[in-house]
Amino acid sequence: MQYQFLGIGYLTWITFLPILGMIVVLLIPRANTNAMKWTALGATILQLVFAALIWVNFNPALTGINDVSKFQFVEQTTWINLQGAGWFGHVVVQYFLGIDGLSLPMVILTSLISFVGVIASWNINKAQKGYFALYLLLDTGMMGVFVALDMFLFYVFWEIMLLPMYFLIGIWGGPRREYAAIKFFLYTLFGSVLILLVMLGLYFSVSIKDPVTGQMTHTFNMLAMMNPANYDPNSLLGGIGTYWRDVAFIALFIGFAIKVPIFPFHTWLPDAHVEAPTAISVILAGVLLKMGTYGFLRISFPIFPDAMLKYAFPLAILGFINIVYGALCAMAQTDFKKMIAYSSISHMGVVLLGIAAMNTQGVSGGVLQMFNHGVVTAMLFLVVGVIYDRAHTRGLDDFGGLANQMPVYTGIMTVAFFAAIGLPGLSEFVSEMLSYLGAFQTFQWVAIFASIGILLTAGYMLWALQRVFLGQLPEKWKGLPDVNGRELVAFVPLMIVVILLGIFPSILLHPMNASLNHLVDFVHKVGTGLSAAK
Amino acid sequence: MFPIDSTLIHLAIAVLILPLVGFVLLIFFGKRIPRQDLLETGILFLALAFSIYIMVQKVFFLTEPRIDFTFRWIDLGGLFGGKTFPIDLGIAIDNITAIMLVVVTLISSLVHLFSLGYMHDDIRYSRYYAYLGLFTFSMLGIVLSNNILMVYVFWELVGLSSYLLIGHWYEKKSASDAGKKAFIVNRVGDIGFFVGILIIYTSLHTFLFTGIFSGIAQGQLSGSLLTIAGILIFCGAVGKSAQFPLHVWLPDAMEGPTPVSALIHAATMVAAGVYLIARVYPMLTAGALTVIAYIGAITAFISATIAITQNDIKKVLAYSTISQLGYMVMGLGVGAFSAGVFHLVTHAAFKAGLFLASGSVIYAMHHEQDMRQMGGLRKKMPITYWAFVIFSLSISGIPFTSGFLSKDSILAGSFAYGVLTGNILIPIIGYSVVFLTAFYMFRLIIMTFHGEPRDHHKYEHAKESPAVMTIPLIVLAALSLFVFYSFNPFNPEQGWFLHSVVQPETVVPVAQRYVWEQAAAPQDTLNSAAAVSMVPAGVSPEPVSPVYQEVMEETHYTGLAISLTLAVLGLLAAFVVYDWKKIDAEKLKQRVKPIHTFLYNKWYFDELYGATAVAGTLALSKALAWFDGHVIDGTVNGAATLTRLWSSLSGSFDHYVVDGLVNFSGWFTGLLGRGARKAQTGKVQTYIVFALLGVIIIFFAFRSF
Repeated sequence: MQYQFLGIGYLTWITFLPILGMIVVLLIPRANTNAMKWTALGATILQLVFAALIWVNFNPALTGINDVSKFQFVEQTTWINLQGAGWFGHVVVQYFLGIDGLSLPMVILTSLISFVGVIASWNINKAQKGYFALYLLLDTGMMGVFVALDMFLFYVFWEIMLLPMYFLIGIWGGPRREYAAIKFFLYTLFGSVLILLVMLGLYFSVSIKDPVTGQMTHTFNMLAMMNPANYDPNSLLGGIGTYWRDVAFIALFIGFAIKVPIFPFHTWLPDAHVEAPTAISVILAGVLLKMGTYGFLRISFPIFPDAMLKYAFPLAILGFINIVYGALCAMAQTDFKKMIAYSSISHMGVVLLGIAAMNTQGVSGGVLQMFNHGVVTAMLFLVVGVIYDRAHTRGLDDFGGLANQMPVYTGIMTVAFFAAIGLPGLSEFVSEMLSYLGAFQTFQWVAIFASIGILLTAGYMLWALQRVFLGQLPEKWKGLPDVNGRELVAFVPLMIVVILLGIFPSILLHPMNASLNHLVDFVHKVGTGLSAAK
Repeated sequence: MFPIDSTLIHLAIAVLILPLVGFVLLIFFGKRIPRQDLLETGILFLALAFSIYIMVQKVFFLTEPRIDFTFRWIDLGGLFGGKTFPIDLGIAIDNITAIMLVVVTLISSLVHLFSLGYMHDDIRYSRYYAYLGLFTFSMLGIVLSNNILMVYVFWELVGLSSYLLIGHWYEKKSASDAGKKAFIVNRVGDIGFFVGILIIYTSLHTFLFTGIFSGIAQGQLSGSLLTIAGILIFCGAVGKSAQFPLHVWLPDAMEGPTPVSALIHAATMVAAGVYLIARVYPMLTAGALTVIAYIGAITAFISATIAITQNDIKKVLAYSTISQLGYMVMGLGVGAFSAGVFHLVTHAAFKAGLFLASGSVIYAMHHEQDMRQMGGLRKKMPITYWAFVIFSLSISGIPFTSGFLSKDSILAGSFAYGVLTGNILIPIIGYSVVFLTAFYMFRLIIMTFHGEPRDHHKYEHAKESPAVMTIPLIVLAALSLFVFYSFNPFNPEQGWFLHSVVQPETVVPVAQRYVWEQAAAPQDTLNSAAAVSMVPAGVSPEPVSPVYQEVMEETHYTGLAISLTLAVLGLLAAFVVYDWKKIDAEKLKQRVKPIHTFLYNKWYFDELYGATAVAGTLALSKALAWFDGHVIDGTVNGAATLTRLWSSLSGSFDHYVVDGLVNFSGWFTGLLGRGARKAQTGKVQTYIVFALLGVIIIFFAFRSF
């Protein structure tokens, strides 16, 4: 293996560095909270360094998706090996990591947001040890989801992330934290069950030849699941465009849709966001939501390309509903944070719309939008966090005239708001444009109706901006201090990314191209090939 | 040494970037730079110098029709079929671009200069200059783009700077409302624009104007979709150029500082819509052009009727701007391409002048904008007054002014259009607006400068503005005279302008052109769209059809006579009513009260939109939020409640039935045990009795065997 540090692969490092950090945090005496913060910060900075290393060494020409030889930074060893367990045969679970152009942006995003999240957590003043330990565990779970190529491993990471999230909302959250945490946990777990069932169905349907013994064995290898030739004849999910494949696709869809979240599975999100502490909202919106759409692209679409093409139109309709419905709900909110939460629903609809189009522009736009929304929404939640820290209220109507009181803060907020509005020159414009461009080619009318969302977004964002920042400053907020240095450290990197990607989107699009084009090709080729053989 | 064309491109890029540099410097170091205002103003004058050089080189010396510079912005790679998805962007300089560069940088630098006086004690002085820089950068971006995507990008950026500058005094609710309204109303048009771009890209796979036109010429996009694409792109112009029905934002935009109104909401940004139509002109079908002509005419008429009733000096000018933009749009729509662009340029000078002059008045009157409080300022502010008069003559289309030249060309075009197509409504509206324009402009002048002062206190303190404010007025007044455009005051055809700005050749299928252009097309291409591609672009020396030209010349003197008469009548009417008071304005108002109320309230557009679109959206959003909270989340929580109910039921079942059975069996066993215990007495005699009883029972039971 080429890319190693101390004999351990880069991806293992980037995934498990936070766990190392967690162990250190747990060993630090309870009183020494500063050491805990700095440990967490150090772990995430190192993670960021590894992300940068991976980016620099990434070869944009390699496609990945379904071909292990085209993946990069691959680490593949046997993790669990059960011999001869009755008719099960031989259970092998691999420790199989690798990235391609689809996961690279997510890996970078996760490192970036995790780093920013630690800075936003600086003022946590309750049970810091538990907080930072759980935070780092969460980080590992997220990163693992984006680098795992074995579905069992993927599922393990997916579930690892759930537990710390539950406690982070439930213990460090707002007044209704317990309700929100339980709702989040149960809702997501419900989705996980569906994913688990499909995973088992796939496991028992797919066999590959064991390279050592030459026996046919079942496998959790995602890439093997993408090859129609590997399905056992007469297995549950074998064949082409069958009833059970549709069922499995839909079940998997719901499992991932809850995470995105897609209407009507979205109501956990406003509650979780509103109750979660700032840093956790940032992580939730910045990274967690992307796991759902990542799941579509990594698992659902290439494994069930036939069903994907069949249901592409309903997917686009759901994208449209998310965009417009989310925006309208956002408009009606009076809680700043809840408004941002609904705006996330709206903006994730753009991702869905783009990837449902299944063409180059749409999928590139969708994946870019995943990244851009992660960064922009992180900024937006930080913006809310700053004001909540100072004023202990989030009511949009409680403020006014902050522009004069907090000018730097207002400048940052303006960038974030206009990025969310999709102003050209800032990152979200490019991804929205590409998504709509792709969607328009496949679903003309859906794209046209969805473009109403562009208008509505401008409406609620500017209205909120006006209510909070413009007008006269109420007497009671005369003493609010402007953003401090620590907050700037969180904002500035995100702001640079937002502006940079708005002007030079190719920085990120270039490494994605080969993989995403291959994905589009693959889905169309295998999807229609299967349908044609029927 | 670079060849001249690449020098021009470099210079153009410098012109584009300079204001942005100013913006960045001022936004980050605004308060730390001494005299940041002079820095930004200097930057603008430098850009102006470059622009003038570019224009002179391009228009008078260079023979190439356009200089192009294209780069690859995004490359989305390719699929296995070999399909690739690059997105190319770039800048180009042709004559219109070169002229517009000068227009924008000139007006912008004059406004910068003017603001030195007008804004000098403003609370956010450096921010103001920063935003002006941002605006100038974005506007220049629109002008220079050689592709429709970049136009859209800078289009939105001018929208942003407009938003920021309208809301410059955001402490006032009306100002922040106006900024928001401007941005959102513009977005409505921009959605159309955006969808138009989507259609174009989907059909032609390029954003470059050259690629779009050659694709259409090859028949890759035609029929009703082409017309729709044209109309959708025009939607963008409807928003930005404040055309009916999206004109409502511009009057409110007057909440911004007056120099901003001059720069953005009179001379440049609002003209961007007209510029956009001019840019995509070759792809507009007769159907799309007809829509454009009607929208322009309706706009010109509605806003002129509103302008005659308003009392706020800036509001009158705002409606006048809308009306003049309507003229330009109408001019392009009826096929008078050069005239429309010409009016855009002359209007930029005299309307910027009008706003700056009104700014000078407002400055002198201590931010009083109501004309009913003014009067008699002529003696106190002679420079402002005479500049105002020249601008007003120009906008009214009186000979020897630039406005006469350009407006007359538009009217001649609309006349010819009416004659050729039978759509006589358009010339009728065009000419009647001439009367209204002259009337409201001179009503404004008389109310402001003539007669007796109405607010004596303010009048006493009024004085002529300082030189930084009057010099721009003088420059603009000079530019409102005919000599800069044509040496013959009655015939623009003899000037350089109409020779430099030539109508581009249309690329739409022959059947979709205006009838006179169909006649002009070569006979053998009449019935085949594909044959159009045989004609190389830019070869035909005379893109304006001879038929059209001929009719225009025939009707020219009739039209001229009508328009001059109407203009003079309008002017006289204003004097009769407001200066000589032969007719009492109040009585007149009472006699036509319903009409006056209707016009004074701006045809109730704001009320209409407020009651329908705005209220509807808000109601819908509230309803959906309720639905979200109660129905969808209600279902989720309901499922949770049901589950808990179910669990408590099964808990009870478990407790009372299942566990009950277990306990019952325990209890029953115990009961039996308790019964049996009675037998266990521990007395041998009792056991013997039991044993005997047992033996007897067994004996009887097994007796039969």
